[in-house]
Amino acid sequence: MMTVKVNGQDHQVDAEPDTPLLYVLRDDLKLNAAKFGCGLGQCGSCTVIIDGKAVLSCVTPMVLLDGKQVTTLEGLGTASQPAPIQRAFMEEQAAQCGYCIAGMMMRAQALLQRNSKPTDEQIRAELAPHLCRCGTHMRILRAVHRAARLMDTAELVPADKRSAQ
Amino acid sequence: MKKKTIIGGALVVLLLGGAAAAFAVAWRSAIAAIDPFKPQSFDAALVKRGRELAAIGNCNDCHTVRGGKNFAGGLPVPTPFGTIYSSNITPDAETGIGRWPEAAFQRAMRVGVDREGRHLYPTFPYDHFTNVSDEDDRALYAYLMTREPVHAPARANRLSFPFDQRVVVAGWKLLFLHRDTYKPDPAKSAEWNRGAYLVEGLAHCGACHTPRNVLGAERATAAFAGGDVDNWKAYAINAQSPSPVPWDADALYAYLREGFHPDHGTARGPMAEVVSNLSSVSVGDVRAISIYVADVFGAPSPDRKRQGEAALAQAKSGAAAPAKDLPGAAIYAAACAGCHESDRPAPYGGIHLGLSTTISGPDPRNLANIVLAGVRPVEGERSPIMPGFAASMSDAQIAALLNYLRSRFSSQPAWSDVENIVAEARRTQTAYLETSAGARNVPADPPQRDKP
Repeated sequence: MMTVKVNGQDHQVDAEPDTPLLYVLRDDLKLNAAKFGCGLGQCGSCTVIIDGKAVLSCVTPMVLLDGKQVTTLEGLGTASQPAPIQRAFMEEQAAQCGYCIAGMMMRAQALLQRNSKPTDEQIRAELAPHLCRCGTHMRILRAVHRAARLMDTAELVPADKRSAQ
Repeated sequence: MKKKTIIGGALVVLLLGGAAAAFAVAWRSAIAAIDPFKPQSFDAALVKRGRELAAIGNCNDCHTVRGGKNFAGGLPVPTPFGTIYSSNITPDAETGIGRWPEAAFQRAMRVGVDREGRHLYPTFPYDHFTNVSDEDDRALYAYLMTREPVHAPARANRLSFPFDQRVVVAGWKLLFLHRDTYKPDPAKSAEWNRGAYLVEGLAHCGACHTPRNVLGAERATAAFAGGDVDNWKAYAINAQSPSPVPWDADALYAYLREGFHPDHGTARGPMAEVVSNLSSVSVGDVRAISIYVADVFGAPSPDRKRQGEAALAQAKSGAAAPAKDLPGAAIYAAACAGCHESDRPAPYGGIHLGLSTTISGPDPRNLANIVLAGVRPVEGERSPIMPGFAASMSDAQIAALLNYLRSRFSSQPAWSDVENIVAEARRTQTAYLETSAGARNVPADPPQRDKP
């Protein structure tokens, strides 16, 4: 058994040190936002945030997670109370099939946490490792800009109306 | 009183004489500026030839900075003496070489002096370029003079005294700039000679692969014994090569054209830019370079050959017993084995790490660089890929992984100081990625291939 902290909660899971985090999230914790795409760290659909950084969970063994905080898309907001990044992607209708989008949102979230006003160039460079075959790329770009604006104005929203973050 | 005057006089004479001698050695005249050429004034075939030569010379690699225009300079080159910024070699009249006549270009290539007569620092490898023929200099000149002129003033070098005095370079040249270090060998084939001419001249392989002395000059007695560049190890490409499988001309040819070889690994760091350029030049020249460099490596000893065959056999059978108990084993199993033990062919499958030069190399810098930054795909090209692990692994965790890889996949002794080297790589790799134009630079862009 090992302990892993996901979305602010400690979980006891029965996993080997070399088990990829993605398997634990999906199979043990039933957190299915992070997707299995290639399993090789090449497509980005399994991206989660670990201690503020976007990380490919399919090539991240549990042994690396001691003392670290994992955040998945479920930890940002819910369907009824979406986080700014989720709201922005919905408002821009930035998903087509949607398989890659959870990963895209997580890396965009990590970017916005350290750079609240990224340029087009910076967003493109940041999201370059994420593959999407549907072709909503321009909407994804707009959604990240929209999320940046939403996060900016979120400060003005009264605390009890804020989405769960 | 009289004695003092004599001594004083002698000193003045000595100083003046010394100054005059230094002046005679150091002074170079300016060459009169010309009006910039119209691009049409050059023969298209000559420009095309120059384009290939510029790719062989890897000119764009140093003379382009990330985010900057091609050949407009500005790349910081760290040296033990300070930072030198590459110059603008576009035909811009004010800030580039647009007002340089061909004679000035040829003089710069041959003796490292600019049009105004100033000594150039030997970060510009004229100790190799001095071997370039008049004809090739003419083609390079035609190519550069037909590029897009870019207004980009030179950045001031940051050098400590006395290295900020260009006259010092004149002394360096007396010691280390030798003409005709390449001479044709009639006993060898035409291809070998062509390769020698390129490798010792324009391609300047020794600039990275030969270790340097305290004055920053290549050590003639240790040619191709391995050097350092931008916090990467440029491996020995002579008999001291650390590659588990000995190189031959065919493997070199494939590697230099494609950037990877299934029995050796992938070109990374500054070498990725070299192969990116070489992928766009005529096959004959890459073949010639391979034949000459294979000769520099030398025929492997029977022992070395046997070890190479054993490494290949083991990689093919995949039978190496994993040492499960070492820290790093679990990281390897989840993060690396999925590709490196996949049996998918290169470049999409990782090479078996028992064949990796990096893991058998003299220090872990290259391995740290690759594990941290990964290998980004080249747009529009079939190229090696690997995710980077800088965000998910601490220095200590990467050190544990590196130590595991070394113990499992190499017969060489353990590395020392691995964690500090990883920390250093994390610092410098970031700087490198921010300033290097990267392997996506022209002329590796496939639609541009075969065009002047």
